[in-house]
Amino acid sequence: MHDQSSSSLPARKDNTSKNKAETFAQKVLARAGGRERVDIGEVVDVQPDVVLSHDNTAAIREIWSQFGQERVAIPHKLAITLDHAVPAPTTRHAQNHAEIRRFVAEQGINHFFEVGRGICHQVLSEEALVLPGQVILGADSHTPHFGWLGAFGAGIGRSEVAALWATGELWLRVPESILVVLEGELPVGVTAKDFALRIIGDWGADGGLYASIEFGGSGIEALSIDSRMALANMMAEFGAKSSYIRPDGKTKAYLMAARERNASNGKPIGIHEGDAPEVTQLQLFPDDGAAYAERYHYKAAELEPTVSCPHSVDNVSPLSAVAGTEVQQAFIGTCTNGRLEDIAEAAKVARGRQVAAGTRLLVIPASSLVLQEALKHGYIQDLVAAGAAIGTPGCGPCMGNHMGVPATGEVTISSANRNFRGRMGTTDAEIYLASPAVVAASAVAGKIVDPRDIV
Amino acid sequence: MIRGRAWKYGDNVNTDVLFPGKYTYTARGRDEIARHALEDLDPAFALNVRTGDLIIGGRNFGCGSSREQAATCLVYNGVGAVIAQSFARIFYRNAINNGLLAIVCPEAAQAIQGQEVVSLDLERRVIECTSGCFEFPALSATVQEILEAGGLVEQVKRRLASEGKAVVRP
Repeated sequence: MHDQSSSSLPARKDNTSKNKAETFAQKVLARAGGRERVDIGEVVDVQPDVVLSHDNTAAIREIWSQFGQERVAIPHKLAITLDHAVPAPTTRHAQNHAEIRRFVAEQGINHFFEVGRGICHQVLSEEALVLPGQVILGADSHTPHFGWLGAFGAGIGRSEVAALWATGELWLRVPESILVVLEGELPVGVTAKDFALRIIGDWGADGGLYASIEFGGSGIEALSIDSRMALANMMAEFGAKSSYIRPDGKTKAYLMAARERNASNGKPIGIHEGDAPEVTQLQLFPDDGAAYAERYHYKAAELEPTVSCPHSVDNVSPLSAVAGTEVQQAFIGTCTNGRLEDIAEAAKVARGRQVAAGTRLLVIPASSLVLQEALKHGYIQDLVAAGAAIGTPGCGPCMGNHMGVPATGEVTISSANRNFRGRMGTTDAEIYLASPAVVAASAVAGKIVDPRDIV
Repeated sequence: MIRGRAWKYGDNVNTDVLFPGKYTYTARGRDEIARHALEDLDPAFALNVRTGDLIIGGRNFGCGSSREQAATCLVYNGVGAVIAQSFARIFYRNAINNGLLAIVCPEAAQAIQGQEVVSLDLERRVIECTSGCFEFPALSATVQEILEAGGLVEQVKRRLASEGKAVVRP
């Protein structure tokens, strides 16, 4: 597995207070903890800037109600999105949503996103609710997503979110950092998803356990914002606590455009009670000489389309090794790969072609904004003409709730992030994970194929 | 002292097999959550587990989702502790926050055989099974405080009671 293109230097032992240079994780947690400086391994009580929850908000409210408070301590920091089972597939799911809407109304939560707006991580990104250098804690394991913009995002449990609602504060251990460098631009047909799967395959599903994954190198700078989101998001499958990509001009432009969009719609700018900071005002960068537990170097030119095979994300193969595997379902969507760039790639493959008999293609945009843009560009028309079924923006069948779960014995190829046994509802189904273009090409071929072979 | 039978599983036991995602936004009561424990990993578990039994895992136990039921479904079945080579971080926090001991002890996790009787002494920090005694490192002060309070919710209740209000910095 560990071939020459992914060499690591020995772990460094200078991650103590003797090293003056700081990692991103040290700087961001020091600020959120109201401290001058924190050391790696130290436990810090931090006050996050944003607290994320979704369909689990009703269950969190139930825990919070044990604290006997009338009002949550930090209503302006809560961002609540209905996304995991939308539109409600059963009466029980609908009751759950109804409870959440009541809570939102009672507590005066401003940042509430209804059924159809999209997946929490995508929506909060589009709304510029999190800024570079901020801390977001979320009752969702893919919260490392916010590393795309240079924020510290970490997943936590429901009780911890309830504790945050009550006190505004939670302990975090300052993680070790792992530096992952990508040099050069990705070849045609190779995506950030392939890079993420390669990293996870090389070092294992626990290769980044507890760590902050910092990305660097010309290959990362060259990535689009959508690709950066896919990469940062996938670090959840590496065991990471958080991830970090240096904010740059692309980041700033994205966040500025988001604010302008909200301003023109008369919506609030950002999560702040008073004046919102400039989008770059809080950004943080690691110091030269900061302590890294590991350093991994990759050359983009040596990467290739990569597929994760059943039933664990680190069970990766080059696409060529699994080509020919028949698939009954192909799914494009999720917080990992349901963005405009992903749907554009899928439409390019599907345009003028038909989904194979015996195979179905599901496309679920990550947000209403993605859907609108995909309509504007004609991508949705291309996909529907090819035979795709389009779903309401949200998580779709990713965790087996609804909207396209497989039958027993079926094989799904998916642009999602997890292929655990039973993930999509039945233990007797196989899930392969790949980039959106590979998923679309496989739908057209009825079997796993390299899109470069058919386009 | 915790004493019970060992339910042994492998590496990367994920939250989907601990508690399937399709129940995560509807299952609320203790009994309903307990019933689905390990449903997609070992259907015999929820039917046969007894109070005080222990779960033994390999590396990265509890990886995947943040869903807290992956830990509470074990608590509601009376599981005394989870011993693993390593834990995924959110599962670890969820376990401790719900008063479920999560003990990192690679040697014990490897030595313990499925269904054998295991005892775990938290004060002496020793795990005992047929193949021997294994020491495990002290829990961090932060983790000990949560466990001593009886879980995160109880700890927060005490804190709110002593401070009289939330403590948000301006």
